[in-house]
Amino acid sequence: MRIVVDYDLCESNALCMTAAPEVFEVRDDDFLYVLQDEPAEELRAKVEEAARRCPKQAIVIEG
Amino acid sequence: MSLDRIVIVGASLAGLRAAEELRARGYEGGITVVGDEPHRPYDRPPLSKQVLTGTMDPAATALVVASGSIDDLGLEWRLGESATGLELEERSVLLGGGERLGFDGLVIATGASPRRLPGTDHLAGVHTLRTLDDSIAIRDALAAGPQRVAVVGAGVIGAEVAACARSLGIEVSLIEALAVPLERSLGLEMGAVVADLHRAHGVDVHLGVGVVLIEGSDRVERLCLSDGSVLEVDLVVVGIGVSPNTEWLEGSGLTLDNGIVCDATCLAAPGVVAAGDVARWPNERFAEVMRVEHWANAIEMGEHAARTLLGDAQPYTPVPWFWSDQYDRKIQLAGLASSDDIVEVVSGRLEDHRFVAFYGRAGRIVGVLGMNQPAKVMRWRSLVDNASSWADALAVAAASD
Repeated sequence: MRIVVDYDLCESNALCMTAAPEVFEVRDDDFLYVLQDEPAEELRAKVEEAARRCPKQAIVIEG
Repeated sequence: MSLDRIVIVGASLAGLRAAEELRARGYEGGITVVGDEPHRPYDRPPLSKQVLTGTMDPAATALVVASGSIDDLGLEWRLGESATGLELEERSVLLGGGERLGFDGLVIATGASPRRLPGTDHLAGVHTLRTLDDSIAIRDALAAGPQRVAVVGAGVIGAEVAACARSLGIEVSLIEALAVPLERSLGLEMGAVVADLHRAHGVDVHLGVGVVLIEGSDRVERLCLSDGSVLEVDLVVVGIGVSPNTEWLEGSGLTLDNGIVCDATCLAAPGVVAAGDVARWPNERFAEVMRVEHWANAIEMGEHAARTLLGDAQPYTPVPWFWSDQYDRKIQLAGLASSDDIVEVVSGRLEDHRFVAFYGRAGRIVGVLGMNQPAKVMRWRSLVDNASSWADALAVAAASD
């Protein structure tokens, strides 16, 4: 599983951070940081939830 | 109860997320999606933002599914068709063409329709904003270079339309009958900050006044306001709220009262669930009966209703969440907010239009509002999730800011 964020779409709404804090962090500079590009498989449900919750559909899960 | 034929009325965000959840939970029977628009489900937030300013192709609003292609869901689409009635006993939905669609499970996600100003139907240049086609029409009207746009109603939709028009360099008058913009969403004190934001961007803001008359022969020419002022305008966008789309359910046996009245699990009748703007349910977290018109609720309630339909009936107890983009500001609210709550700014300053404020009620924190502070809003929303005491919430904010 590989995470690709379209930063042209991302608006730092930070919903992903609520769904999968192990993977996504919006910092006080208001930018999104992906903490793990290739998270472990056990995080898949959380990462899919993060992708579904993204108001910009900016998170794509490959593999 | 064995389910083999599920009908979803509403080719909407809530309807699509319900379909996705049905499949994710292993339901393999038929799913028919009925939608009165010709479009497949699309995303509404850009309709009052990027689509209006011409920075997003309307086709890009099409909703996708995280798990792959929307076609993989195996849905039967009945687009451009309206549901006109529900026969609960016979387990069928009536379509406009006279056809009956049988079901053994039904998801109702028919949304809401914008209220219109009475007596304006004959006038060109008066718009409401709800659908993709509405948004394209307003986009084109803005691109035609109007002298002045009047936005009637300063709720989320009106405020966003005003911001879009200003950012295109168009003169804007924003007219609101209540004391401040977003008063129902944010309360008086924080709504005043939004009024200030619009004034700072050169919007002509009229608060506490109504529209008495919209004049024009074929096309709108002027607005007469209740304070006696007259505005010469050539375009009007009306954003004075919505009414849930329940007319087709009159007499069906479902309980209708400002929406479809559901139980705590989103169930409206045996084998019938409702979700999104059209649904009202008791949110046990806040001991309040709610009808929530937010994007996030359409998703979460669509998913929840799907699970209830499959027999996993749990109370639906979300912390409501919405955001609004106006100019270069992102407003986010997690939880509840009203003029009766205590409000305290816990980070940043109101005058900088970059801050976080907490709302408190009966000794507990009930809402977190941020303007351009997404990280803090999302971090501190857990205080609302956990129903933290007001004192504890303030202490957490003070310690981490």
